[in-house]
Amino acid sequence: MFLLLPFDSLIVSLLGISLTVLFTLLLVFIIVPAIFGVSFGIRKLYMKTLLKIFAWATLRMERGAKEKNHQLYKPYTNGIIAKDPTSLEEEIKEIRRSGSSKALDNTPEFELSDIFYFCRKGMETIMDDEVTKRFSAEELESWNLLSRTNYNFQYISLRLTVLWGLGVLIRYCFLLPLRIALAFTGISLLVVGTTVVGYLPNGRFKEFLSKHVHLMCYRICVRALTAIITYHDRKNRPRNGGICVANHTSPIDVIILASDGYYAMVGQVHGGLMGVIQRAMVKACPHVWFERSEVKDRHLVAKRLTEHVQDTSKLPILIFPEGTCINNTSVMMFKKGSFEIGATVYPVAIKYDPQFGDAFWNSSKYGMVTYLLRMMTSWAIVCSVWYLPPMTREAEEDAVQFANRVKSAIARQGGLVDLLWDGGLKREKVKDAFKEEQQKLYSKAIAGGHEGRSRS
Amino acid sequence: MGSRSSHAARIPDVDSIQRETGFSQASLLRLYHRFRALDRNDKGYLSRVDLQQIGALAVNPLGDRIIDSFFPDGSLQLDFPGFVRVLARFRPVDDGDHGNRDPKEPEPLNSRMNKLRFAFQLYDLDRDGKISRHEMLQVLRLMVGVQVTEEQLESIADRTVQEADEDGDGAVSFLEFAKSLEKMNIEQKMSIRFLK
Repeated sequence: MFLLLPFDSLIVSLLGISLTVLFTLLLVFIIVPAIFGVSFGIRKLYMKTLLKIFAWATLRMERGAKEKNHQLYKPYTNGIIAKDPTSLEEEIKEIRRSGSSKALDNTPEFELSDIFYFCRKGMETIMDDEVTKRFSAEELESWNLLSRTNYNFQYISLRLTVLWGLGVLIRYCFLLPLRIALAFTGISLLVVGTTVVGYLPNGRFKEFLSKHVHLMCYRICVRALTAIITYHDRKNRPRNGGICVANHTSPIDVIILASDGYYAMVGQVHGGLMGVIQRAMVKACPHVWFERSEVKDRHLVAKRLTEHVQDTSKLPILIFPEGTCINNTSVMMFKKGSFEIGATVYPVAIKYDPQFGDAFWNSSKYGMVTYLLRMMTSWAIVCSVWYLPPMTREAEEDAVQFANRVKSAIARQGGLVDLLWDGGLKREKVKDAFKEEQQKLYSKAIAGGHEGRSRS
Repeated sequence: MGSRSSHAARIPDVDSIQRETGFSQASLLRLYHRFRALDRNDKGYLSRVDLQQIGALAVNPLGDRIIDSFFPDGSLQLDFPGFVRVLARFRPVDDGDHGNRDPKEPEPLNSRMNKLRFAFQLYDLDRDGKISRHEMLQVLRLMVGVQVTEEQLESIADRTVQEADEDGDGAVSFLEFAKSLEKMNIEQKMSIRFLK
């Protein structure tokens, strides 16, 4: 019994020393650079090493599969079936031409074979449609040593399993506590810092401090996720009196953008921790928070945003017009609300590299806490941010056309697919109005030969 | 952690499905992933709602009829073999099939006749083996919505049934349907090619 006593104190002192060392390392390598906005390049080195390991892992799996003479499941980014891009009219004409035993007299009328077009198109969408796959995480070409992205479990050799186990150890026992400590530091500094700044009298000093407190805390949070971000075209960064618009993949988008610029946030008032953060932030500088009841009132929302935008001393607003998280392979319909206000729009394209950790938040599958845990146990979050040149609404455009123009610019820059579908399809069915479009097209094809007949 | 791992061995009865449908192992794997992706709540089967959620299918005027073809006899659950069996009709016809097919074996699902049968049942709402004028009218109405008047639609339906009907019973049977489309390149129009 007595022999254990010196052992105990030895263990305690060892623990004490290692914790001190850990915290000093944390401070020197992570927090101090965050405060001043410099970087040691540790994360880039980390990224390069990981890439090499992933490539090796995939090769091993392919070898394993070949030995067993099996097929490795490989995701296809171009879809699984060959789609014919011909329009409805062309196809129907072609079908009739090929099957008609009558002489072709140019009066288009209904044929039994017309059904083939709709039938095949319907089957094609069942096999592979553009929208459903945007709401689940993007599939990777090569395995990144995370069990959550593995589709070919049975081809893992012993060496690979050991490597994977090592990875789990590193991620959960080293990286995770480190990241949680950083996140904790970042958030508490934000709350405390902004509250303190809030007590100062309004003026340039307050603004200066507020900006730097915000930036510092966001940078710490960025390091808490091990996010490796590359910013392009920083000269186009949003200015006061403008609206910054970006594609939405996860709540982390906010942290990524706000660590490089000073924005006014827009959002709903939450309870709990989020609510505390929101209330603290608004003390230091004006953000736009809406009560739950106000969110439904579109006029009220528009009015408050317009007021904010017209005051050039206030910061640019950050908005995500898709309204929901998409999996970062495409950009979906932008809600026109923010484009009706008439301010300059600064589009920003965010593209994540899912190789190191998928940032997409599948809100139907994971809650916020599970999502954050997944983020913090991935290797890293790697992304590129492009600041696009500002756009304004032109005279002949309406809000919807303007929104689509901005959306196309973002999609093009980020290398994402530009879709006209509404992100709301994640939860709701599509509106009947779109079916009527198809019906109209077909009716023209069969009834076009009859003159003087039109129903509006 | 929600891993979506799956491989050929995990698909139940993969060998019998492969024999029945003729899909390659790679294609079956992709379709299985697709099946799982459509199954939003991980039920293990698909319901009508799962298929209705596909935006591009919902705007197809015949979307409901196509969904119906997956749920024969009023069933409410679609399992993977059932899913693949319907999709197998749209497999392109391999030329190798015709030559050495054993006449005692059942016809492959993607034969010309079976493709025609599939199209026929899209028209034949009550599955009585005949397309009546009334059924023709209903399907036409689905395809044109409110864009065409009732009289016009009726005249179109009458004409179509008259042209195809040979035995004068006022309805189109499957054989009459097949005969009126004998020149049609069904193999190409009702086939969907898988990317390699």
